[in-house]
Amino acid sequence: MPTTTIAGTQVEVNEEGFLSNPADWTQELGAEFARLINVEMTDEHWKLVTFLREDYKAMGETPTLRRVSTQLGLPVKQLFTMFPGKPAKKMSYVAGVPKPKGCV
Amino acid sequence: MTDTPVTEAPFVPSFDEPAEGGRKLAIICSKGTLDMAYPGLILGNSALGEGIETHLFFTFWGFDMINKKTQGNLKATILGNPAMHMPQGLGGIPGMTHLATSQLKKAIAELDIPEVPDFLDQIVASGGHLWACRLSADMNHLTEADLRDDIEGIISASDFIEMTAGAQLLFI
Repeated sequence: MPTTTIAGTQVEVNEEGFLSNPADWTQELGAEFARLINVEMTDEHWKLVTFLREDYKAMGETPTLRRVSTQLGLPVKQLFTMFPGKPAKKMSYVAGVPKPKGCV
Repeated sequence: MTDTPVTEAPFVPSFDEPAEGGRKLAIICSKGTLDMAYPGLILGNSALGEGIETHLFFTFWGFDMINKKTQGNLKATILGNPAMHMPQGLGGIPGMTHLATSQLKKAIAELDIPEVPDFLDQIVASGGHLWACRLSADMNHLTEADLRDDIEGIISASDFIEMTAGAQLLFI
């Protein structure tokens, strides 16, 4: 597993660059991840990150975009605005959880 | 990414790599059964989730997926579909289509996969484009008024061919 330095800390990442161990995540790391992929974090963004981490813990897997949308009552369109292009992957990266495996 | 002489650039996933830029996918949905509605929707939705420009083109029986009257009532049958592993002779028995349809719907719902109209809502919300086939519309005497409001247009085969220059094509 490669390691890389983010915000002055050595972290273990997988071959794609995602955080290997969700337990290694801190808010500082999350903020830096967001900065590195040009996502400006607002309170709404942090709410999403919190949900992703909690749901990952509760369900044993990262929620899909649809689950995020229905559980939080946030329209899918808004998720695409908040994390443009590849919303599910980007928000998972920032939240330090694996990218979702589910299909919808 | 700026490199200072002291620290090296961190390893970050490349979400906006140039390779993905310009990728276009067109999915032709030609079937009107419940089981065959989903492959196009699922793949289209996944492509949109990867930031790929995605167009769904509904033709022939696929019109049932976008016709306001029928989109919520697609059915599944075992008839002519030996892959469903049921004796074909049972397929014509009254109630069998209803049974097959509700079983399929249940299996789909258990995975939190939306029904066809809601799924199309999500696809459009994610930036997907929906198009209807002119020939199919003419054959069935249907107009824009019969179709979902988010259908961008009823277009001809040559419009479709022009629109999908350089795109990856998928026929379902």
